[in-house]
Amino acid sequence: MSKNKNAIVEKKLVGLADIVIDAAKRKKDPTIEIPVRSLSNVKFNEKKGIIEMGENTQERTFFNVAMAKKFMQTILVGDALAELQRANLTTSLREIYYRTKHTIGDSHENTFDGQDESDPVIEDLEVGLEALREELHVRADNGGTIIGPLVLEDDGDRIDCSRLGKGGYSVPSIVEDDFVSIKKCTADFVLLVEKGTQWNRLAEDRFWKKYNCILLTGNGQPPRGVRRLARRLNEEKKLPVYVLVDNDPWGYYIYSVIKQGSINLAFESKRMAIPQAKFVGLSSADPEKYGLPRNVGIKLNEKDIARAKELQNYPWFQKKEWQLELKRMLSSGLKFELDALANKDFQYLTKKYLPKKLADKDWLD
Amino acid sequence: MKTKTKPTSKTKPTNGDAHKAPPAAAAKPAKTPKPGLNADQMGKQQREISVSEFFTKNRHLLGFDNPRKALLTAVKEAVDNALDASEEAGILPEVTVKLEAVGEGDAPPPAVSQATRFRVTVVDHGPGIVREQIPRVFAKLLYGSKFHRLRMSRGQQGIGISAAGMYGQLTTGKPVKIISRTGQNKPAHYFEVQIDTKKNEPIILEKKEIEWEKHRGTQVTIELEGRYQKGRASVDEYMELSSIANPHAQFTYITPEGETKVYTRAIHQLPDPPKEIKPHPYGIELGMLLKMLQDTKSHWVSGFLSTDFSRVSPQTAEEICKAANLNAHKRPKDVVGPEAEALYKSIQTTKLMAPPTNCLSPIGERAVLAGLYRQIKGDFYTAVSRPPAVYRGNPFIIEAGLAYGKGPEAIAAPEKKVPLAEGEAKANEDNELARVIRFANRVPLVYQQSACATFKAVLDTTWKNYGISQSRGAPPAGPMVVFVHMASVWVPFTSESKEAIADYDEIHKEITLAMRECGRRLGVFIKRRERAHHESKRRDLFELYIDEVVEACKRLKGGKLATAELKARLTEIAKKRTGGQKTDEVLGPTGPTGLPNSIIVTAEGVEGDIPVDTAAPETISLEAPIPAAPMAVEPAATPETRAKGPAAKGRVKPAAKKKASTPKAKVKSAKKAARPKRKK
Repeated sequence: MSKNKNAIVEKKLVGLADIVIDAAKRKKDPTIEIPVRSLSNVKFNEKKGIIEMGENTQERTFFNVAMAKKFMQTILVGDALAELQRANLTTSLREIYYRTKHTIGDSHENTFDGQDESDPVIEDLEVGLEALREELHVRADNGGTIIGPLVLEDDGDRIDCSRLGKGGYSVPSIVEDDFVSIKKCTADFVLLVEKGTQWNRLAEDRFWKKYNCILLTGNGQPPRGVRRLARRLNEEKKLPVYVLVDNDPWGYYIYSVIKQGSINLAFESKRMAIPQAKFVGLSSADPEKYGLPRNVGIKLNEKDIARAKELQNYPWFQKKEWQLELKRMLSSGLKFELDALANKDFQYLTKKYLPKKLADKDWLD
Repeated sequence: MKTKTKPTSKTKPTNGDAHKAPPAAAAKPAKTPKPGLNADQMGKQQREISVSEFFTKNRHLLGFDNPRKALLTAVKEAVDNALDASEEAGILPEVTVKLEAVGEGDAPPPAVSQATRFRVTVVDHGPGIVREQIPRVFAKLLYGSKFHRLRMSRGQQGIGISAAGMYGQLTTGKPVKIISRTGQNKPAHYFEVQIDTKKNEPIILEKKEIEWEKHRGTQVTIELEGRYQKGRASVDEYMELSSIANPHAQFTYITPEGETKVYTRAIHQLPDPPKEIKPHPYGIELGMLLKMLQDTKSHWVSGFLSTDFSRVSPQTAEEICKAANLNAHKRPKDVVGPEAEALYKSIQTTKLMAPPTNCLSPIGERAVLAGLYRQIKGDFYTAVSRPPAVYRGNPFIIEAGLAYGKGPEAIAAPEKKVPLAEGEAKANEDNELARVIRFANRVPLVYQQSACATFKAVLDTTWKNYGISQSRGAPPAGPMVVFVHMASVWVPFTSESKEAIADYDEIHKEITLAMRECGRRLGVFIKRRERAHHESKRRDLFELYIDEVVEACKRLKGGKLATAELKARLTEIAKKRTGGQKTDEVLGPTGPTGLPNSIIVTAEGVEGDIPVDTAAPETISLEAPIPAAPMAVEPAATPETRAKGPAAKGRVKPAAKKKASTPKAKVKSAKKAARPKRKK
């Protein structure tokens, strides 16, 4: 990233120290304003089709027993992030945790007891300082793979994604143009698959070649790199994006994050979300349509049912067809994994299911 | 030892049960050459079994089932007798217990942990035993002074010490050796006795007058097969517990390893001597009534009822007879069969006063508190005595106590300063379960805990109400010792070896009520301490974090920051935010106000009255009571604190600040100095 950008981010981080110093001078409790990251503070912008963050903020003050530790942690993480900017290094969430962990003074207390304490602080700073995670030089896990008629350039290396065998290219967590550039793309569409196993099936069967598409997977909830790359392909190369997930509430939610953005990082939606993304499957209508026997379904557990009911209430699931989709799953009481298609044939996904879906344009918006 | 002052010359060597059961058992293994054995032949095989023979075969009934337990039981029986005798004679008990490992035959004694034979010697300074009684007291089962009366004592049946001697005789062949002297002007008698197990009579192997350095008292030595181990249900634990329940007694215990442990007397006053009472009519069974009708000296039934029972007035006696359709002037000996049954029924349905309770001698709340405080390390102690209650016509009193915490020493002691790794817990004290210590008539019960009414009542108490965690069906969790004592003229044990108290509803209820009161007080203490802890933590918290934040800010500013200035400013804000001096006052009393019969121990000292007599000089503890705390920026003592005078003087400020201690004038520095050193 450019030196200039670094300087801007660093200045924002140093601002944290100034908050403390100024408050001390004025004999006031040092306070950091942090936007609220919860369902209560997101709005669904129907026009743009994305989730946007609201205006609500919370104060994090130092001299409040409930917040004192968090405040201290925020300053410590800020310090570590500034260090990254100065050294122009990138790092992982876990390394930030280790960098900032130590025992306080002569007490028995650690600054952080686990990574689950430092991760939210980093997210707080992303939102609070309006700095993207890449700008903060924090990487997520790679965790995603791509294959298809596409040529990328990463650190000066040319990567032809159609010549990477069955393995594909591992998508880095930062895929902005100055890190990864798209040199050439002849694909017709992008297929984003929830699970690596199905992605492997499709790659092995050379599905991408036959249907001239790009195969992407995020191994579960796709990491930022994968989402951002899909968004760039959609935005810059005008490729439609189709999403293939398990038929359960979590699958639906993965689709919704790709399409509209997430509640937790709503402020990132405007550069991550793909409002035109389509849901190709697995739909709760598919078992009947494709003759999947009932015995390859899995009974919805209590958590599934609760989650599905939550989805029913999200503003971005209010379309008629989505309400029907959710209702159908709840009334059947069953969920289906993509893997269950193997019940009919090992290659059922590549040879029957997807071709039929794409030919019929059988998807949800 | 045992003062068997009432030698009933015609001793009944058997009680009903022991008499009946064995012949039946003996008849079974009889050889049956022909299937039809006639009554005459069978009759020839039927003969009396002596109690001694019976118990030889059923030693587990008396607590001699394994070598480890046998050693403890022998000590226990001898100590029980020593204490009972001393108290009955009005002498403050002083008991010495000595255990020695001995080799088999002439072999030298092996290592203590390997030894299988022990010599148990118990010496008291009691009244001694008259010469003629010595053999029978120590070598005849069911011979004693305590069975035929209703009075609270440790021993009940007169089996214990003779059974221990018999066990020793069976396992080592050695006789019981006794020295006893009843006064300075009397000679000391030395006896070696064994028991004739067939006849249940003593065999005197040796008797002589000897010189003895003691003016008065009894010494008994038994050699037996045993095993010595430390830990739960050990002789060591037994001695410790005995000292808790008998703070008026002085114990000296010489372990097999040669270590001498002295449990000093905490209370220099004998408990009130328990009175003997007549049986209460509700507590007897029909068979007993029939026997009493035959044995009585009264001429009329009404007279029999009013003189041989407690709480039956002549008037009530008349009523009972009337209700039973019985002539009140009938001779008791003639009341048999259906008439006796009618009488029994009418007694049970007549409303009677509860039995008198002056036959009980509880330990007392203060003494329980003293015992716990002396023997167990903790932060909080409390004791509760319940009013007397009655089960099956027998009066009883439940006393409970509680010691909680690990003691301020443990808290002040620097924990290992190892930085904690991810997933490592800070303290694992929640895994610890409370220990329940049980007593019946001041005798510790160490076996069969889960069968005991006391333990069941502890489990049934909802400790969660008092801020103590508890899993289902488990004792409460935490560093805690629960004390339960039942005092009664007749403690209903579940077996002859006297290990567990039977779970009568009335007993269970009383224990539960006592537990609740202890729990309630503990809850108050915990809540107060948590509050004080919370407030002081609040300040410490900010102080800790200020350093972190200031350092991080300095780094953020590229090292250009006047850290001292920023730190001072932030510290000042923190002070203002936490209320400064005022917080101390808001915290209110931390002492045992509103907590009767309780002691609170903190690093600053002890609050609450300690019912311990001034300790002997050598036990004065001079350990530094104040934990070394780092000197922090702290303004000089304000005039306010200085005004408190000597109470506040001498206390290092940081310590005072940390504990948010109230500058209460009640700090008993003098008491602290006198606080005896307690066992770890």
